[in-house]
Amino acid sequence: MTDTPSQTAAPRWLGLWPAAMLTLFFLVPFGIMLAVSVAHRDVSGFYEWGFEWGSYARFLSVFFAKVMAVSLSVSLAAAAICVLLGFPFTVFLSAMGHTAQTRILVVLLSVLALSEVIIGFSLSTLLSQTAGIGNLFHWLGLIPEPRAYTPSLFALIAGLCYIGFPFAVLVLYPPISRLDPELIEAARVMGASGTRAFFGVIIPNLRGAIVGAFILVFVFTLGSYLLPQLLGRSEHWTLSVHITDQAIYQSNLPFAAAMSVFLMLVALALVGLASLAGRERGAA
Amino acid sequence: MTTLRIEGLSKLFGTFKALDDVSLEIPNGKFVCLLGPSGCGKTTLLRVIAGLETPSAGRVFVGGADQTLVPTHKRGMGMVFQSLALFPHLDVADNITYPLAIRGVDKATRRARAEELLDLVRLPGLGARRVHQLSGGQRQRVAIARGLSINPQVFLLDEPLSALDASLREHMQIELRQIQQRLGVTTVVVTHDQKEALTMADLVIVMKDGVIQQAGAPMEIYHNPANAFVAGFIGTTNLLPCEIKAGAISVLGHSLAVADGDRIAVSRGPASLSVRPEHVLLGAPEEGLRAEVTFVRDLGESRHVLMRAGDQDITAHLPPGGALLVAPGDTVGVNFRPGERVVVQ
Repeated sequence: MTDTPSQTAAPRWLGLWPAAMLTLFFLVPFGIMLAVSVAHRDVSGFYEWGFEWGSYARFLSVFFAKVMAVSLSVSLAAAAICVLLGFPFTVFLSAMGHTAQTRILVVLLSVLALSEVIIGFSLSTLLSQTAGIGNLFHWLGLIPEPRAYTPSLFALIAGLCYIGFPFAVLVLYPPISRLDPELIEAARVMGASGTRAFFGVIIPNLRGAIVGAFILVFVFTLGSYLLPQLLGRSEHWTLSVHITDQAIYQSNLPFAAAMSVFLMLVALALVGLASLAGRERGAA
Repeated sequence: MTTLRIEGLSKLFGTFKALDDVSLEIPNGKFVCLLGPSGCGKTTLLRVIAGLETPSAGRVFVGGADQTLVPTHKRGMGMVFQSLALFPHLDVADNITYPLAIRGVDKATRRARAEELLDLVRLPGLGARRVHQLSGGQRQRVAIARGLSINPQVFLLDEPLSALDASLREHMQIELRQIQQRLGVTTVVVTHDQKEALTMADLVIVMKDGVIQQAGAPMEIYHNPANAFVAGFIGTTNLLPCEIKAGAISVLGHSLAVADGDRIAVSRGPASLSVRPEHVLLGAPEEGLRAEVTFVRDLGESRHVLMRAGDQDITAHLPPGGALLVAPGDTVGVNFRPGERVVVQ
């Protein structure tokens, strides 16, 4: 028997460092954003401190309601696709040999190292009329003329999924690889068909991980402002794009800040709902 | 009547032969232990019976029907897994009646059956608990109840008690045996613990390297092992190299006349002599095989005397009470109780 190392081996004041950094680089900018959202816009290009609801009021319009709906649907769709593809992928991955698993995980991690800009431009080239896969399809005789597949909703979702997929797999991998294979065998011996064992035993036991992967991809793609401009049409511009537009090109920082606060609140509400749903069903 | 029959079963994993031409018959209502060291094929045999592995050759019959190619979920067996494999997302009652839910049994019937089974495994009223709220022994009982919920023709258990501590394990062995006797269900348990096998089984099947070494009643196997491996694996024994010469056993330069009751499975030539420690007798040095006492263990219930004769170790278990007449360093004369000597290949 060896003594277990003390849980509080690190001195407590060490925790103050990340706390201070979080305050300085997260809470303070967030406070500034909140303050700016209610500030008065100065048309000459900046803002004056003040307190008015004007920016929020402007947001409550049909146009921005549509933008909000587009943002949420695009991110929800990307999250759903990533989880739907990532789940079976991870199940197969965890059944592979150790070396193969490591290699595939390294490749997935290296995808995370690519910037959104590179992914966006690569995809827009790949889907373009002049140099894209349309030429390949034409050469194969599948389509009469080479055509462009970008800008389109398909291109946008493909780009977001490219970014979100590795995150989904990385969240799903640990619980899936730890799942006791005897659980499935037990269900089979007790009379469950393969499909029934999958939906009755595997899915409920991994509900937490599935919800987690969904939330992560959803939140991550919600903040994407480059891909919608590179790969989507203007009607696919998400709220993040409009925030960038207002902040940088229209020089309306109070309105950009108000939209950011709104986006964050809606995202938080959805995340809360999702995790609540995951937990409640798990306890039923 | 035979419930479970296995014919010429072989299973290859790559080039590794996990099972090698295994045949056996298990009569109805018997409690069978598959016993052997790890890697002997006992778990593979159980998994083939359950349908979790497809045999490379051979057939499995349950109640006369060929089940070899029937998929697992259509075999209707009860099984307890080594990890127990209870479902964390269901409560105890739903775990127990999962096989019934799969078969479309209505909720009221399931609830009644869960109560009945919880009473059987002595966990009344715990149906609403979550699995993680139970102790190791309670989980064990829930897994047993779940395995029995459809009244299976064959009840399979894969090292079911290995996760429990020693005293609880002994208790559960007795309880499992009592449950099996009450229900009369044909039961096959995989274990590497020979005491567990001797405690519970009607029939012990000793396996090694994918081959059945011996199948028989516990005491038959204990007293009349088929070979040196079985003799050494069941209980403790002294295994000494010997030779059969002119109707006598020659061991360590000492010749023993064969007595009534001695079981000599070898007619001539080199063999192994197996004598249980309780049948090793100590006397004056000139009255037997000379051995030097190396250690004495007094356990209260019995006394173990460890000795060395030539290049062999010999252990004697002496009954308690009376003065102990030997100490380490003494030279004694060892005799093997006539009628309790077993010579095997």
